[in-house]
Amino acid sequence: MTDDAFDFAIVGGGLVGLAIAYGLVRGNQRVVILDEGDNALRASRGNFGLVWVQGKGQGLPAYSSWTQLSARLWPEFAQMLRDDTGVDVALEQKGGFQICLSEAEMRVRVDAVRQLMIQPGFETYEIRTLDRHQLQGYYPGIGPGVVGGSYSALDGHLNPLKLFWALHLATQERGAAYRPNAPVTRITRDASRFVLACKESKAVLAQRVVLAAGLDNARLAPMLDMDLPVRPQRGQILVLERLRRFMDRPIVNLRQTDEGTVLIGDSQEEAGLDDRTSTTIAATLADRAVRTFPVLANARVVRTWGALRVMSPDGFPIYDRSRTQPGAFGATCHSGVTLAAAHALALAPRVIAGDLGDMLAPFAPARFQSARRSMEYV
Amino acid sequence: MATQHTFDVAILGAGPAGMSAACSATALGLSTVVLDEQHSPGGQIYRAIETSPLTDRSILGKDYWHGASLVDNFARSGAIYEPRTTIWGLTPPQADSHWQIGVSRDGAASFVDARHVVLATGAQERPMPIPGWTLPGVLGAGAAQILLKSSGLVPSGRVVVAGSGPLLFLLITQLARAGARIARVLDTTPRGRLRTTLRHWGAFALSPYAAKGLRLALEACAKAKFERHVDAIEAAGSTHLEAVRYRTGGRERSVAADTLLLHQGIVPNINLAAAAGCTVQWDAQQASFRPRVDAFGASSIYGLSIAGDAAGIGGARMAEAQGRLAAFHAAYVLGRLNAAEFKQRTQEAKRELAHWSRGRAFVDAMYCPSGTFTIPDDRTIICRCEEVTAGAVRKAIRMGCQGPNQLKSFLRCGMGLCQGRFCGLTVNALFAHERNIVPEQVGYYRLRFPIKPLTLGELAALPQTLQSVQAVVRLPASYTVPAAS
Amino acid sequence: MFRRACPSRHLIQVTVDAETVNVEAGDTVAAALLALGKDACRTTPVTGSPRGPYCMMGVCFDCLVRIDGKANQQGCMVLVKPGMRIELQHGANALVDVLSAGRVRGTSPGNC
Ligand SMILES: Cc1cc2nc3c(=O)[nH]c(=O)nc-3n(C[C@H](O)[C@H](O)[C@H](O)COP(=O)(O)OP(=O)(O)OC[C@H]3O[C@@H](n4cnc5c(N)ncnc54)[C@H](O)[C@@H]3O)c2cc1C
Ligand SMILES: Cc1cc2nc3c(=O)[nH]c(=O)nc-3n(C[C@H](O)[C@H](O)[C@H](O)COP(=O)(O)OP(=O)(O)OC[C@H]3O[C@@H](n4cnc5c(N)ncnc54)[C@H](O)[C@@H]3O)c2cc1C
Ligand code: FES
Repeated sequence: MTDDAFDFAIVGGGLVGLAIAYGLVRGNQRVVILDEGDNALRASRGNFGLVWVQGKGQGLPAYSSWTQLSARLWPEFAQMLRDDTGVDVALEQKGGFQICLSEAEMRVRVDAVRQLMIQPGFETYEIRTLDRHQLQGYYPGIGPGVVGGSYSALDGHLNPLKLFWALHLATQERGAAYRPNAPVTRITRDASRFVLACKESKAVLAQRVVLAAGLDNARLAPMLDMDLPVRPQRGQILVLERLRRFMDRPIVNLRQTDEGTVLIGDSQEEAGLDDRTSTTIAATLADRAVRTFPVLANARVVRTWGALRVMSPDGFPIYDRSRTQPGAFGATCHSGVTLAAAHALALAPRVIAGDLGDMLAPFAPARFQSARRSMEYV
Repeated sequence: MATQHTFDVAILGAGPAGMSAACSATALGLSTVVLDEQHSPGGQIYRAIETSPLTDRSILGKDYWHGASLVDNFARSGAIYEPRTTIWGLTPPQADSHWQIGVSRDGAASFVDARHVVLATGAQERPMPIPGWTLPGVLGAGAAQILLKSSGLVPSGRVVVAGSGPLLFLLITQLARAGARIARVLDTTPRGRLRTTLRHWGAFALSPYAAKGLRLALEACAKAKFERHVDAIEAAGSTHLEAVRYRTGGRERSVAADTLLLHQGIVPNINLAAAAGCTVQWDAQQASFRPRVDAFGASSIYGLSIAGDAAGIGGARMAEAQGRLAAFHAAYVLGRLNAAEFKQRTQEAKRELAHWSRGRAFVDAMYCPSGTFTIPDDRTIICRCEEVTAGAVRKAIRMGCQGPNQLKSFLRCGMGLCQGRFCGLTVNALFAHERNIVPEQVGYYRLRFPIKPLTLGELAALPQTLQSVQAVVRLPASYTVPAAS
Repeated sequence: MFRRACPSRHLIQVTVDAETVNVEAGDTVAAALLALGKDACRTTPVTGSPRGPYCMMGVCFDCLVRIDGKANQQGCMVLVKPGMRIELQHGANALVDVLSAGRVRGTSPGNC
């Protein structure tokens, strides 16, 4: 295949780019994925693996609907990946918890759930608030300091590294070309095609282009007359040794993977491009985990990591289509695991159609021109 | 352990490098703490020198007992020695703090503070991945040596030793002197090495290692049956080693075995230095990564010196000289020595260093591992912890996997408890080979703390800050920090 | 298989999987097990394959055993002590007490 035969060039080989690429190749598009090298900032290697619905959408109900759609699409998407690659991403959607370790936290939680649900246009689902006793009925080993929490049956988790690997396999299996070590420096347009200049390798030509370059979207978007104003936000995570299965449903900040390791998350820090870890954050994470399940005090911490979230000003995804450069799209979000199913099965078909449609209209960056909305954190 | 006190110098590791650094540092009046996870001082070479049950000094040899005087001086130096103390973290000074060394001792974690750090954590055996090397009954040759030094244990039954390098000869002679019978030695030094190392002969002949090395090699050859130029080895057995299959000169052979000891040299233990943020570079001569240091052992981070095998393999006597240099450097930086004194003191240590570094190039070139022992066949497990095979790694590389860090995500390779210590170099070699690039272009795993596991409870008891709580709990400003549990 | 090349100095008693045995004071747990002829001390959590000590110097993490009830201790770094309880490990650590932290009930919380 010659370079100019590509229908789409995807800039970025993270979960967002790969999920969209997968949807495109399933739609019989000829796709090339351009990616950086081994030491790139890549949130997709450093995340927590939740497929999470609970609590999302404060300030933008459409985000909750989009998330719920993705959660509903996930079983089908996981099956497709298994059929294409043999990789089981270990998806489990049996519900998930959030746990509060003080009365103050509990008050904030209860209030947040109420605020969320009363928004006009919010697609409601049940978030049950639980007192300590109810929680204990489910997790008898919770510590004395656990005050209560909340539960939603829509939540779940998966193995994000297997997802990352499966998407690489699946896109290539279905004919996508993957170009590692080819960071895109500049994107221009000649008569009919986009020209993507890559560092240290030859330029790539494509009919259409999707920006999914994580943090670098902020720099690349203006080249195509789009706006993807993302910034890094650091998250640190602890990993415990493999333990025999003792949790069957995740807590938003403490979950056991299919392989038995336990992940403890996570911080939100404005630290620029510094993705190092710190012992004070590790201590806080550990302290909260031990207060949640005191017996975990004896388990070993085998690793810690820090990774940079790709964060928009209001925390919601941004999907953009260039008005002046037809065929150019941009996508970014800070829940690329949760939304992977929607990106592959709902967003990609819209991209092929050339129009993002009504459902995605609320995610256009035009919203940043209006008043700044409340920040969204999950 | 004292927590609030700030030492002038913290020395990480009580091998020859760490002990000599401690002696020099205390002699210059620097308050010094030495941290080591072993139960007694000595490091790898002089392991268990104070406690070894081997009373017959000829078994371990003169070089081993040289350590006694060093340990003696160390004991009298006035340095505070903290054995059984595992170092899991090392953080450079922040705006208002000193070096912070995260340690774990008797099940409790704490920090040791110091103005200057000498990292002297030594080396480990270079991984020698062959099919079946995870079977019980297959051990590193260094492990057998440790069992001999510390416990007076020797392998019994049918013993096969495989690999190459001077320490292999040393081990064979030590085991033989202790009464072990070695059924076979599979020498993996490739054919023609004497020829390709010709240009290093002169320096080696004049070095302090030549006569000793030759004597050892002859003694080893007399004690065991050698197979030369072995280019493939496999450990066979279902739940325990049963036989060793090997190939030499194109012929396959097999020998029944109860114990197989593997060794192909040693490499710097880089995890701590790399996790602290030191620049780590590829050393082509030694075919390994090592932290970059200057002539005095100063690393790329101000206030951190690296001495001994941790900075590149040089052996015990070089390590001693490097330890001294690092201590003088620390004293100079801390204002205990002026420029003239520093120059004068370091001259002697530098001469010593030059003396003991002669001949290294020959050893490195002669015993540099190659072939299937660095680039194993597809079925060989290369990541012992996560049980990842070379075949799986090759597949990922062909899928466009950029390097070791992406590989970790794809296959969990290097994500286990050993944190890449036993697969890092093999992964590097596989990438270099498949891509036809050089090892420094491939790079290495990103290493982070803790470099040795500690319990969640230990971590939970460490100090938190208002910022750390806010970054995790994300509550309105009215929320206050709970007292540490 | 390993044997002692020098006379025993001081024996102490420990239990290995509840069986009382004599071991040499001053040995590490890993050395003591090897001296007892136990080359394998655990099975891996990944595939269940048997493993024994490989490096004896704290870097390979293949010598993991349960010591006095605590799982995943590096046997090569811990000295034997009189009365010590040593247990070989099978698969992933099931901190007995961790199991009670969460119980799979198959019910949704709030219904109970
Ligand atoms: C600590 C943490 C925990 C998280 N937990 C969850 C969770 O539980 N659930 C969830 O749904 N999400 C979670 N996330 C978010 C999720 O990881 C991200 O939303 C997702 O990975 C973003 O994917 P991305 O492809 O946009 O960005 P990235 O993964 O950063 O990928 C961007 C890609 O683009 C490449 N690139 C950059 N510039 C260029 C260029 N110029 N040319 C070519 N390629 C380029 C990069 O190399 C990279 O491969 C978490 C994130 C973090 C950091
Ligand atoms: C298994 C083995 C056996 C060897 N045997 C010999 C021999 O018989 N003869 C010979 O000439 N050379 C031998 N060597 C080579 C040896 O590396 C050097 O000769 C010499 O020991 C190097 O001295 P050093 O001070 O640099 O490091 P070492 O002697 O290795 O000392 C490093 C010290 O740091 C400690 N340490 C490391 N990491 C940590 C941590 N995270 N926390 C706390 N403490 C830590 C270790 O316990 C050790 O005591 C051997 C090497 C190995 C790996
Ligand atoms: S035997 Fe390698 S860590 Fe104990």
